[in-house]
Amino acid sequence: MPRASQVAARENVVRRAQVVVAPNPRRTQPAGVRRLRFLRTVGDHSLAIVFAVIFVSPFVFVVLTSLMTQHQALSRDLWPHPFQWGNYIEVFRQEPILRYAWNTVVYAGLATVGVVLSSVPVAYALSRIRWKGRQAVFLIVIATMMLPAQVTIVPLYLIFVRLGWIGTLWPLIVPAFFGDAFSIFLLRQFFLTIPEELVDAARVDGANEFQIMWHVIVKLAKPAIAAVGLFQFLYAWNDFFGPLVYDGGNPQIWTLSVGLQQFTTIHRGVLWNLQMAASVMFMVPIIILFLFAQKAFIEGITLTGVKG
Amino acid sequence: MAVVTGTPRAAERERLRRRRARRKALTVTAFMSPWIVGFLWFYIYPMFASLFFSFTKYDGIRQTPQWAGLFNYKFMFTKDPFFWKSLGNTFWIVIIGVPLQITFALLVAWALTRPRRGRGVYRTLYFVPTMVPAVAAALAFLFLLNGHGPFNTILHFFHIPTPDWWQDPAWSKPGLVLLGMWGVGEAMIIFLAALLDVPQHLYEAADIEGATGRQKFRRITIPMISPVIFFSAVIGVIYGFQYFTEAYVIGAGSGGAGANTASSALGSPNGSTLFYTIWLYQQAFEAFHFGYASAMAWVLFVIVMACTVALIKTSNRWVFYQGGFR
Repeated sequence: MPRASQVAARENVVRRAQVVVAPNPRRTQPAGVRRLRFLRTVGDHSLAIVFAVIFVSPFVFVVLTSLMTQHQALSRDLWPHPFQWGNYIEVFRQEPILRYAWNTVVYAGLATVGVVLSSVPVAYALSRIRWKGRQAVFLIVIATMMLPAQVTIVPLYLIFVRLGWIGTLWPLIVPAFFGDAFSIFLLRQFFLTIPEELVDAARVDGANEFQIMWHVIVKLAKPAIAAVGLFQFLYAWNDFFGPLVYDGGNPQIWTLSVGLQQFTTIHRGVLWNLQMAASVMFMVPIIILFLFAQKAFIEGITLTGVKG
Repeated sequence: MAVVTGTPRAAERERLRRRRARRKALTVTAFMSPWIVGFLWFYIYPMFASLFFSFTKYDGIRQTPQWAGLFNYKFMFTKDPFFWKSLGNTFWIVIIGVPLQITFALLVAWALTRPRRGRGVYRTLYFVPTMVPAVAAALAFLFLLNGHGPFNTILHFFHIPTPDWWQDPAWSKPGLVLLGMWGVGEAMIIFLAALLDVPQHLYEAADIEGATGRQKFRRITIPMISPVIFFSAVIGVIYGFQYFTEAYVIGAGSGGAGANTASSALGSPNGSTLFYTIWLYQQAFEAFHFGYASAMAWVLFVIVMACTVALIKTSNRWVFYQGGFR
């Protein structure tokens, strides 16, 4: 008991000393300091709001223009009158948007499945199995990311010509099933953070490497796998260069990127309202996806930047 | 556990060990196989093939490659004005555009660290443009920055001169930089994470010493986040040299009335958006000069590598790694 009271006494002293040395700012704050802090909060939020307006206003103008008449979209007006909702129907009559969307979904969907299926085992071998030359191979994987696509595009194009794949979606989908350097990198970084004990436990139980990958690592790495899948889906959805090179002049396989670009080139500077309506429809699915999967996106990006 | 070589048991053990090693090699090969096939198919063969093509005249379909020695390279450096034009435009993006974007990303990330509440909402709003597909974003800016577009309407309202962005060779590249700044979210997220990671006690110590805000920024913030600035700079340079989609869409979409195909509007206005990769694309897939395009690709590769290595070489002078030197 004496010890407890001693401690209490000492704490009391400390507390009193604190009051003297560093007054608790919340209680003893003079009105001037409070006002200053309030002004700072206002300033901080004002700046944040200014940036918010900068980032959001392009969307507002694009959406507003997509609802204007053709004539009005060419004028300096910013607000549509009347609201011409029919633009969103008209654009489907002008362009086979549903087919473009279908092609885009097929490309992005299959490429995502391919990248995840092929990159997980590679990342596993590069992080959880010890073997000679592992580090060197990992460096080669990283190095392939630095190679500009332009260096390999001509021979690849010629390979796909020979396979008869130009004018189909195969040149875009098939390579995804052979590992993607960025995805391998990201998954490896994440796999390395999983404690060795969990793997050892499974190994003692007689699990082979495939079982360990499937039952231990994949289960624990779901967020990283989700991030990789999302990045790949987004990459394919947005990809313009690939579909442009491999379309072989066949509009049947155009994705939204290529279809929309061609639509604009034909109606250059005239049908702004319909072009903006088409852009909006191209953006909206991805923005909705982002709002739902925001956490995985942000964490994935942070993982690449901070640990990379 | 005494190991006596030559006894039958040791031989047995040795055989077992070998079998296990073989099994392991097999397992590793199986796990690595997607990448091994992809590496040979999509990297090794195409790299050697394009290096070979770069010394040939080759249109890909009708003729076989014909050895031309250094002709492609000589032609590129001495006779092709578009090569120099496009290289100059590309360097403009790398030297002016990329640093501007990194600075802007840093500024936005810093503004995000200020408010105590609502940071999540602001971050989402700032990041959404990054999600917009490149073609859609380029189309949006093709409209926003056109002569009578909303952006100029706003500038006009504030009595700021209104350039005709996509029709004026002096303003088309700045327009593209604005487009890039709109989608600066990824760098911003990385900077934000780094800024929030700077130990608070460093700032407190500086406060006690009476440091000004600017001094704290220069002496604490910048060194502490220099690894991620470096990372963004490397990525920015690599991608800057490969800048394609936005410029292609805007060049093709802003071309003059006489231009009916994308190719005749390349680099519009007046070659100011003719970037290296666009000229390479035109040479490869519109003119079918596969040999020449391959030579251009290798020159690009060498330039990218040289710039990346140079950047890495400078890094130990200004990049500060916590927990040790270099």
